[in-house]
Amino acid sequence: MFNWLSQIFAVTSFSMRSLPQRKGSSLAAMVGITGVVAVMVGVLSIAQGVLRTMESSVGDVNAIVLRSGSDSEMMSGLGGEDVRIIAEAPGVARNDNGAVASPELFVIINLPMRSTGTDANVPMRGVQSQAISVRENFQMVEGRMFEWGLNELIVGTGARQQFAGLEIGSTIEVSQEQWPVVGVFEAGGGLAESEIWVDAAVLQSAYRRGNSFQSVYAKLSSYDAFEEFRDSLTSDPRLNVKPMREVDYYAAQSTTVYNMITGLGTIIAVIMGLGAVFGALNTMYTAVSARNREIATLRALGFRSGPVVISVLSESLLLALAGGLLGAGLAWLAFDGFRAATLNWSSFSAITFSFDVNASLLIQGIVFAMIIGLVGGLFPAIRAARQPVAQALREL
Amino acid sequence: MTELNTDNSLVRVSGVDKVFKRGSEEIHVLGGLDLEIPNGEFLALMGPSGSGKSTLLNLVGGLDRPSEGTVEVGGKRIDKLSERRLAAWRARHVGLVFQFYNLMPVLSAQKNVELPLLLTRLSASERKKRAAIALDIVGLSHRAGHYPRQLSGGEQQRTGIARAIVTDPTLLLCDEPTGDLDRKAGDEILDLLQALNKEQGKTIIMVTHDIHAAARATRTLYLNKGQLSTSPVD
Repeated sequence: MFNWLSQIFAVTSFSMRSLPQRKGSSLAAMVGITGVVAVMVGVLSIAQGVLRTMESSVGDVNAIVLRSGSDSEMMSGLGGEDVRIIAEAPGVARNDNGAVASPELFVIINLPMRSTGTDANVPMRGVQSQAISVRENFQMVEGRMFEWGLNELIVGTGARQQFAGLEIGSTIEVSQEQWPVVGVFEAGGGLAESEIWVDAAVLQSAYRRGNSFQSVYAKLSSYDAFEEFRDSLTSDPRLNVKPMREVDYYAAQSTTVYNMITGLGTIIAVIMGLGAVFGALNTMYTAVSARNREIATLRALGFRSGPVVISVLSESLLLALAGGLLGAGLAWLAFDGFRAATLNWSSFSAITFSFDVNASLLIQGIVFAMIIGLVGGLFPAIRAARQPVAQALREL
Repeated sequence: MTELNTDNSLVRVSGVDKVFKRGSEEIHVLGGLDLEIPNGEFLALMGPSGSGKSTLLNLVGGLDRPSEGTVEVGGKRIDKLSERRLAAWRARHVGLVFQFYNLMPVLSAQKNVELPLLLTRLSASERKKRAAIALDIVGLSHRAGHYPRQLSGGEQQRTGIARAIVTDPTLLLCDEPTGDLDRKAGDEILDLLQALNKEQGKTIIMVTHDIHAAARATRTLYLNKGQLSTSPVD
């Protein structure tokens, strides 16, 4: 065993020390793998960003109530009496202003994207005062809260960054009326930051919705209170509603976008990865060819095939690791925190989010690079080891 | 690894055929060849290109296997050993000297000479000591730290010889050791091989095209059309 390990160490060390002599082809393979990992991590960080945005929207003890049969707020509708009964249901937390439940209205308006100038579907939410108590991480960061009863609006930080005309002091046209922007808010990086908020009563009037809403967001007294809350609502003959934990609702909302981007990212990574494998194969066949004399001599002297295989694989894996680390680093520098918008296929409105290059993605990228290196090095390594010594010496 | 029996013939090649296949074509390089080499002999193998000199050298050195027949070295049949055992046998009993030296360009002369010792259980300090002795024998102590690119052809070949003798092998196999050298450097190498044979009793088989080189050997055999003879064939 000692002998075998010392052979591995010796042969691998020669391989590494002779790398500078093959720097051209080695760099080409490494750069190819760098590109693959950077693109893969970059694309998958979009899905991670969307997921994080959705998860940041979630309050642990929060519930959302839609009309039965609705999968999103866009398809839901609740009357004024419905929302009153929901707010009074058992399990809903209470504060000085009463039940911490927020009946909300959800409409979509068109605003141009800052980046392209093309129109995007921007979500506009009509809220009541308890909306802020339901969303604990809500915080005004610029300007002020809109006045209740006035045509004023506040915008999420993501919405202001992605859509044109949402600076404080500017006005946008909603339902043939001019609405001034008076403030900017954050919501812990959550989905609300993609939205524009206005007084629900004013929005109902502007859109001639009477006293109807689309959802009720409620903070419950505890996590376990949800069972009672749900049973109470679903067994009430006056209601025809679907209560859900907020975490489940947002998980369902993000599934389509997450799966689509992850699927696309994986397909791109696999296609590019195949190209990189051929690059690595070419490099390693060249390396083995360049080291033919060295390998044949070592084997003639008594070194065994195993250490030769491991030395070729080590070189390939080292190049792949370097490429993977570089690609992951580039992706992190270029994409992490980069803000963008995409369509939420459940609500057909835009979500703004930040690319999220997290540790798990970086590790995935490096592991993928190592797989490329392993596949790219394996066949040249086997060829180097299988060639009969006498034949290899004759071909020198 | 057991020591070899060197009492009588060190090398005994019996009825050896070697056939190479090139596509569907079979090339018979050696046919029913017999050879005995006593311990301590310096044998020169001559013959035209393609006559099978290097093939015979490879068979005796355990670098290749015969298609038919047996190869015994020190009373041990090596043609039936597994690849793994054969590699270990070569490391212990055979020193190889190549025409183009085959030194590792990334290693100094000292480290090149130490290379076969990595296959032993010797400590690093013992390896260094033995490599220094081998370099001293070939007269290259002053160039121990130099890399192959910094050495002349003759010095590189002397490093190759030091690498071949550092494990104190039973058999020294030299494939055209002076083929890449000028006359003066070639003579120095032949002086060295002759000294190793006479003073240290090394059994040497040397393949060569050079009649002057062959003249240094204690016996010369000629290989032609797969058969050995004691005189050149016109």
